[in-house]
Amino acid sequence: MRYTPNSGDVVTSMLHSIGLSRPEELFSDIPDEIKLNRPLELQPGMSELALRRELKKLADLNADGQNYPCFLGAGCYDHYIPAAVEQLSARAEFYTAYTPYQPEISQGILQSIFEYQSLICRLTGMDVANASVYDGGSALGEACKMAWEQSKRRRIILPPTLNPDYAEIATTYSIVNEMKMYLLPDNGSGVIDLKALEAAADDSTAAVVVQYPNFFGHLEDIAAIEKIAHRGKGLLIMVVDPIALACLKTPGAWGADIAVGDGQPLGNPMSFGGPHLGFMAVTNKLMRKVPGRLVGQTTDHQGRRAFVLTLQAREQHIRREKANSNICSNQALNALTAAMYMAMVGPEGLAAVARRSHEMAVYAAGAMRKAGLKLRYDQPFFREFAVEVNEPGTVNQYLLQNGIIGGYELNGALLFAFTEKRTKAEIDELVDLLGGVANA
Amino acid sequence: MNIPQELYYSREHEWVRVEGEQAFIGITDFAQEHLGDIVFVELPELEAEFAAMDEIGVIESVKAVSPMNTPVAGVIIQVNEELESAPELLNEDCYAHFICVLRMSDAADLDDLMKAEAYAAFCEEEEAK
Amino acid sequence: MPELLFEKGVKGSNAFTLPPSELPADTGEFSLPAEHLRDLPPAIPELSEVEVVRHYMGLSHLAYGVDDGMYPLGSCTMKYNPKINEWAARLPGFADIHPLQPENSVQGAMAMLYELEGMLNEIGGMDRFTLQPAAGAHGEFVGIRIIRAYHMHRDDDKRTVILVPDSAHGTNPATASAAGFKMVEVKSDPLGMVDMDDLKHKLNDEVAGLMLTNPNTLGLFEKNIVEIARLVHEAGGLLYYDGANLNAVMGVSRPGDMGFDIVHYNLHKTFATPHGGGGPGSGPVGVKAFLADFLPRPTVELGEDGKYFFDYDHPLSIGKVKSFYGNFGVMVKAYAYIKALGAEGIKDACVQAVLNANYLRHHLADTYDIPYNVLCKHEFVATARRQLEESHISTMDIAKRLIDYGYHPPTVYFPLIVKEAMMLEPTETESRERLDEFIAVMKNIAREAKETPDIVHAAPTRTIIGRVDEVTAARHPVLSYQEEKQA
Repeated sequence: MRYTPNSGDVVTSMLHSIGLSRPEELFSDIPDEIKLNRPLELQPGMSELALRRELKKLADLNADGQNYPCFLGAGCYDHYIPAAVEQLSARAEFYTAYTPYQPEISQGILQSIFEYQSLICRLTGMDVANASVYDGGSALGEACKMAWEQSKRRRIILPPTLNPDYAEIATTYSIVNEMKMYLLPDNGSGVIDLKALEAAADDSTAAVVVQYPNFFGHLEDIAAIEKIAHRGKGLLIMVVDPIALACLKTPGAWGADIAVGDGQPLGNPMSFGGPHLGFMAVTNKLMRKVPGRLVGQTTDHQGRRAFVLTLQAREQHIRREKANSNICSNQALNALTAAMYMAMVGPEGLAAVARRSHEMAVYAAGAMRKAGLKLRYDQPFFREFAVEVNEPGTVNQYLLQNGIIGGYELNGALLFAFTEKRTKAEIDELVDLLGGVANA
Repeated sequence: MNIPQELYYSREHEWVRVEGEQAFIGITDFAQEHLGDIVFVELPELEAEFAAMDEIGVIESVKAVSPMNTPVAGVIIQVNEELESAPELLNEDCYAHFICVLRMSDAADLDDLMKAEAYAAFCEEEEAK
Repeated sequence: MPELLFEKGVKGSNAFTLPPSELPADTGEFSLPAEHLRDLPPAIPELSEVEVVRHYMGLSHLAYGVDDGMYPLGSCTMKYNPKINEWAARLPGFADIHPLQPENSVQGAMAMLYELEGMLNEIGGMDRFTLQPAAGAHGEFVGIRIIRAYHMHRDDDKRTVILVPDSAHGTNPATASAAGFKMVEVKSDPLGMVDMDDLKHKLNDEVAGLMLTNPNTLGLFEKNIVEIARLVHEAGGLLYYDGANLNAVMGVSRPGDMGFDIVHYNLHKTFATPHGGGGPGSGPVGVKAFLADFLPRPTVELGEDGKYFFDYDHPLSIGKVKSFYGNFGVMVKAYAYIKALGAEGIKDACVQAVLNANYLRHHLADTYDIPYNVLCKHEFVATARRQLEESHISTMDIAKRLIDYGYHPPTVYFPLIVKEAMMLEPTETESRERLDEFIAVMKNIAREAKETPDIVHAAPTRTIIGRVDEVTAARHPVLSYQEEKQA
């Protein structure tokens, strides 16, 4: 296949029209010693038909969620995506557009992002949301940097109940020699050890991070954590699950300064881990410290409502080395998809998805207990919980052989996630299989 | 361009008005003109201490950011909070609206600054560049 | 302007439902402690499906993509995004798989990642790639972190400076700071190249590396690149390639052969994946073998048993920068693109991109000022200097007038080293006919600037809104929907 419309003859005549005769002359400014004097070692090009076959073949080698019920979560969830969301997000006007730097021909993109920002504010109870960052982990990384910059303090407290990927990403994001990531000790309870937190949250603390529901699906004591974080004048950063927020008290109501999370569960396919989106929302006080793009409402010269990228002086293309982040491209199409999803399911639909996911998890936990399995923690959970098994890897292979994608492998346990897409029959099958092998 | 006689001026286009040991700091007509529509002023924190020519804040227009320095050393004793909600005041009358007030630690810093006439000449040179 | 979602909401109109619950009544329903529950459901508007569909159809009509028309946006490589790639990324076997599934259940996805890495290595002349970064700037961050890790590993802790040319994209200096370095700018010479004297002057044992875009943001190939690489390496620094402009050289010359140690690509530019109205992108980072140990983990490896596996055992790794393996769905599209083109097609795309840029440059040179009017690569910079002097028509005016004629404007006011810059990159997917039309329109606008400047100054007038009040937007930000702020 080629996607270049000009034939060889046209190319030749265009070359002539600019005073050249051969294509090689277009590269006469490149020194010979660094020219590649051979064809690239790639296979020959393919017709679309052959390519389609090959791609289908590769895709078919994977055990996909349409044929294998998926009980994995740990930051990526198998929720139902309404058909309208799939089709609307595939509109080429959206996906082939560039960043809306030219507002007059980008009102559609700008308005959709403004609506997305507004929806995230309403979901999180925060004042200001940005237009998205790469994913939940990098959103946390940016949030920690904001806290460091805002407070001019170095210590960021990370709990052992935080998604381990997020902890690693936030650490990679931290500025070496300037920020100190402090990991709280794990007391094995599945929630933050408040005594340890109290001891760690000193007056050099820029922020306390808490995940809600946490990595193991549990609800942390946010009221107590908020007090500890703010007593020392540090910030409270909450990592939240957007589906759970349909039911749970918002970060805004808990008194968080920054709320971040991964928006994938809002209508975006799992896609082997990306593209998803990171959402980021803050209090008004932090508005000008937020990284990434922001869309604002204004008017055009005739007073008509218009939307435009604003507060750009924070960003890399203007502030360069003094910018608060280097982010440029974000995950706009995924943010648009998330907004479409929220609009499609509405407030009650979103709550129904959250409740059903939770009820599925509650049912599964009960059934597992009945089958003689032991839950690792004695904590209320939202839609994920850990079950003890002797060899998690082996158990997952056994489940896979029986047509089920199992859980996230912890040391001596599997962390299972439940969504509204799971059926009672699938859960019963999972429990049956587990009951047979968990302690073998 | 408006350059009041009674003020001191820095090469970074800040003005200083002295009242006893207090120094009122603002930006000049030249600065506001070149920045264009000012959209945000980041003020220094009260009681912060600065050396002469330290950066004390930033001024943003839509498409540019410019650091603001203090021409004299001292401690911040007042900031003009009005600018937080109405940064356009700096475009409207930059000499009527100071940005902050310092208690000067060394009045000799003023010796390094320009008087109105010298500053006018300096601005002309800058324009010619 | 269309109404906002919030203005269209009607209570009770949303009809989304789930299947009836099959769970036994004694499941224990909703068992979360009351103090954790929110008082009111989130204030998301209630709309029927047809209203949601019409809302977004309406917004799509107010967006402009590559599929709508020519998009000569310099440095952004807005080439056509093939449809087969979109189809592929949505296949259940790619879209509907969880990133933490057992490796033996995702061998097809892992084979794709493995093979894509190999193809990216070959195109760049590099030894290993990580596919984890989600965008170009994310890739830059990874690259600069690797530079830091490399020097620290050698106990060379005095290297605190990253050099960046004054013509660079804003992400370069911002990245240097984000990775904990001090950024020092290197000047351009009168020909728009790195000023060699200034470079020599700034190279010392505190320099960790130099970030370079080649061809540079003027669309010119750094003719001294071999010498630059030698100087930087002699000073103990590393050379970083910002791949924003890779489309200009792919198949013809490779950054690895030019002397670069680290590169990032933008799959959403060079490899035809769509820009999505701002993202998602993908910014893979490639390195020479001596830096491979520092790449983010995991890497994808092929075992002796013929099975692919994730290798997390990289003790020197800089760590993760993104959950899982990166923007996988974007990689599927880039993979399909490279497979479709093959070796010849990749080179042909590059040749035609460069030809199209030079064709535009050649035919616009009599109408617009082109400060570096020499053989360019995939893009070039023109200015509105003449129009500004003669009729007070600026680059912004010309950009807005182009909108009236149905084009997306070029990149404007960048690079910063050229006043009134318009950076034009037609890409290889525009035909001669479309280029000729664009040239005619640009000439027509130049004529309008002379004869009827008011029209150009008032542009755009054929759009749903005119020029917007950016000052009020920034002075008094309204960043989310608030009923009382609506007119």
